[in-house]
Amino acid sequence: MSGADTVPATGCAEAPVLKERGQHEVFCGLTSIIWLHRKIQDAFFLVVGSRTCAHLLQSAAGVMIFAEPRFATAIMEEKDLAGIVDAHDELDREVDRLLARRPDIRTLFLVGSCPSEVIKLDLSRAAERLSQVHEPRTRVLNYSGSGIETTFTEGEDGCLSALVPRMPASDEARLLVAGSLPDVVEDQFARLFEALGIPADFLPARRTGEMPGVGRNTRLLLAQPFLNETARLLGERGATHLPALFPFGEVGTTEWLWAAASAFGVSRAHFDAVTTPGRERARRALAHRRERLAGRRITFLPDSQLEIPLARFLAGECAMTPVEVGTPFLHRAHMSAELAALPAGTRLSEGQHVERQLDRVHADRPDLTVCGLGLANPLEAEGLTTKWAIELVFSPIHGYEQAGDLAELFARPLERRARLTGFAGPASGGVEPPSAATAPRHAASGAGGGA
Amino acid sequence: MKLTVWTYEGPPHVGAMRVATGMRGLHYVLHAPQGDTYADLLFTMIERRDHRPPVTYTTFQARDLGSDTADLFRVACQEAYDRFEPQAMIVGASCTAELIQDDPGGLATSMGLPVPVVPLELPSYQKKESWGAAETFYRLVRALAGPCAKAEGPSCNVLGPTALGFRHRDDVAEITRLLGDLGIRVNVTAPMGASPKDLNRLGAADFNVVLYPETADAAARHLEKVLGQRRTRTIPIGTAATREFIREVAELAGVDPAPALSDPRLRQPWYSASVDSTYLTGKRVFVFGDATHAVAAARVAREEMGFEVVGLGAYNREFAREVRAAARDHGLEALITDDYLEVEDAITALQPELILGTQMERHIGKRLGIPCAVISAPVHVQDFPARYSPQMGIEGANVLFDTWVHPLVMGLEEHLLGMFREDFEFNDSAGPSHLSGHASPAAAAGEPEAEAPADAGPGTPIWAPDAEKELRKIPFFVRGKARRNTESFAARQGVATITVETLYDAKAHFAR
Repeated sequence: MSGADTVPATGCAEAPVLKERGQHEVFCGLTSIIWLHRKIQDAFFLVVGSRTCAHLLQSAAGVMIFAEPRFATAIMEEKDLAGIVDAHDELDREVDRLLARRPDIRTLFLVGSCPSEVIKLDLSRAAERLSQVHEPRTRVLNYSGSGIETTFTEGEDGCLSALVPRMPASDEARLLVAGSLPDVVEDQFARLFEALGIPADFLPARRTGEMPGVGRNTRLLLAQPFLNETARLLGERGATHLPALFPFGEVGTTEWLWAAASAFGVSRAHFDAVTTPGRERARRALAHRRERLAGRRITFLPDSQLEIPLARFLAGECAMTPVEVGTPFLHRAHMSAELAALPAGTRLSEGQHVERQLDRVHADRPDLTVCGLGLANPLEAEGLTTKWAIELVFSPIHGYEQAGDLAELFARPLERRARLTGFAGPASGGVEPPSAATAPRHAASGAGGGA
Repeated sequence: MKLTVWTYEGPPHVGAMRVATGMRGLHYVLHAPQGDTYADLLFTMIERRDHRPPVTYTTFQARDLGSDTADLFRVACQEAYDRFEPQAMIVGASCTAELIQDDPGGLATSMGLPVPVVPLELPSYQKKESWGAAETFYRLVRALAGPCAKAEGPSCNVLGPTALGFRHRDDVAEITRLLGDLGIRVNVTAPMGASPKDLNRLGAADFNVVLYPETADAAARHLEKVLGQRRTRTIPIGTAATREFIREVAELAGVDPAPALSDPRLRQPWYSASVDSTYLTGKRVFVFGDATHAVAAARVAREEMGFEVVGLGAYNREFAREVRAAARDHGLEALITDDYLEVEDAITALQPELILGTQMERHIGKRLGIPCAVISAPVHVQDFPARYSPQMGIEGANVLFDTWVHPLVMGLEEHLLGMFREDFEFNDSAGPSHLSGHASPAAAAGEPEAEAPADAGPGTPIWAPDAEKELRKIPFFVRGKARRNTESFAARQGVATITVETLYDAKAHFAR
């Protein structure tokens, strides 16, 4: 697979990985519904799960999306657990009611959850049965977003994997870009591919009827690093994966575009002519942020699998020093170019034991810690500056035009820390009445009570 | 199965987390799959907590299910004890772990940990968050509170406040101050701020103040039974209820209520009585929230603001009886539901001028163009203001006046809107001038959805164009009601087409 253009294996290509098991402070795959239900405009996501799943979905984004969302949870109750046959009947009834109310829905995803997986509720059978009833108007697909099988962005991998078998067969020599991108970014890339003369499609398409074709002449470019199963299934349908850096920053975007351009026989001269304006804009935008970021030490806690490419971007283009880069799952094949471009000496970790990882953060004291929302404020209160990882998934960060914005996401917390003069640790009684201020557990043990 | 988009309450283990996170020196080991840690962010983001909730999640995965998830639990439990050295632990299962039946309680109690371990059985497929909080607090109190020597002087415990509670932080401060004015010492406030060792000495108090029955009723009943501690029944929300509460605690403590009855900070009664507030008279309000806050708000709305309560409901069935009784008192039938779509339908049909609800109703109000003040959980980051803002006690009464009046169109402004309805920039679709410069989305869309005839079945009278135009001159916040009244009047009179005459005939008919 490695062509002549591939970066020689250096950096972290051969680096050991600290594999950990313990408490994972990460979202489950259901959370990816928050962006997927906006991306595919005629799809509905029906989680078959518990009250916990419904509560997660409304809490994860931090805000309620009160435009009628195209997702819901069928909450299982005691009687659904008693007999599986009844659960299927119940599910059919809820789906009928939902599709009667939302006749505009063309794809219905039945999304498995931890409880539905544990009781072995067969959603693929349910999807087949319901498709027979509701096709051609609505096709019913299924995948699992359960926490026992998927971490956060792997939910998108599951969703796209469910779409792959339904993609039309096509022997046309076309580029397939996989991974959901904000519409504005997708449009930018579409313009670039057009200018390069590369016929390109995007997965997922914005509408059910527009899903691209796939076959032996399909060249696959991954826009997101978390699509292992999708890539494998596309490979089975004949697509050839083009290994490349992921399109973050000027360098990543150029390498990524070049992987496609060289596969489609675009000359270097034409490639440079098309990409130079974007590259220059990206460089100019980055120059503004580099001052704030250069020389700063950064740790990533595992979250979305974007960690390694982002650390590579921050090290290579913003002169930051990665201390520890944690990822929920390390896919060596898709990450080989990224790992090679990561500075040697970076500590790589996979999986999580959150207590031990926080011990390392406390020992390392990085200038910036990228972490989940459950950890950010507690770390800030200790004087550590943090960046919410979830914002990296919800913001347009790919490509030339977003390179500056991406750097800005990391620069802003540092900038904010520098601006604020009044903060010297959280106010006592900030959360509770003064007498009841929370204290670190070690300090608290034995200190409470009296009598 | 029940199809749900938004929920008022989380699962019961989140209720247990609200108790554990409010306390000190307690640790919760939760048998749960990856992803259930989302609940941490409720506390660290919504409430801006500066510490992680004291919860260890076992994080079992699919590959563990075939092998030994029980062992995973034991390891997590031991590691949590070693690292955090809590005074006591609670252990239990989330919805998924409940299905694999590892019995966390049995496993943990057999480990010989040197601190009390309280097992929790929280049935996720039957019960919800408030119940989970109440059950957890009850189990802790039952395990840890016992007889002990009475303290000197009159004293009480303050029971019910938890993490992520609606204004619990400030309510506790306000009520503690009020009790102090009466010379009553607070022995223990729990769960919020208490340690397991504090729970050991609950019995030292003379009686219990129950601020939030949703979380503390079961524990208070237990303490009454085994320790003979009497408890308060009045929820001190609003001026009248606060005064009743003062008399109730004074009697329980055997002290003179007078010092607390004349708090000079109380402004609400005068603010309500002053002429500027005349415009509040008879405003139609819809009240929805947890049972305690909804019932209290309905009383304040009627007796202290001069509103008319046109709807009253709650999302927690555990206290449905109390809500039904209160609704009867207002001449209403209570709406007991946890389906926000039903609540939205009720609000749409009633067309109130103000909603007193939760963050859900605030969103419903936004869609329908009806102002809303938030009175109850579920909470939002906005419900944890930096300033002191209790709902209970004297200052709470002042806060209620301010926060309920704020979303409304003000008195003289209302008159001007009535007089010059067709002014191109000062009209009702511009919304209250002190709130935002944006037209309400419903008004901007031309014909607001909320104005659609409530019942478009056969026999519904048709509006003549002139009458329709005249109807538009009526301010938006009463237009829906005028439309409904006119239509029902016309239907009763057998009028097929509503004219301007019919409109004014109906107005005279319904004049109060």
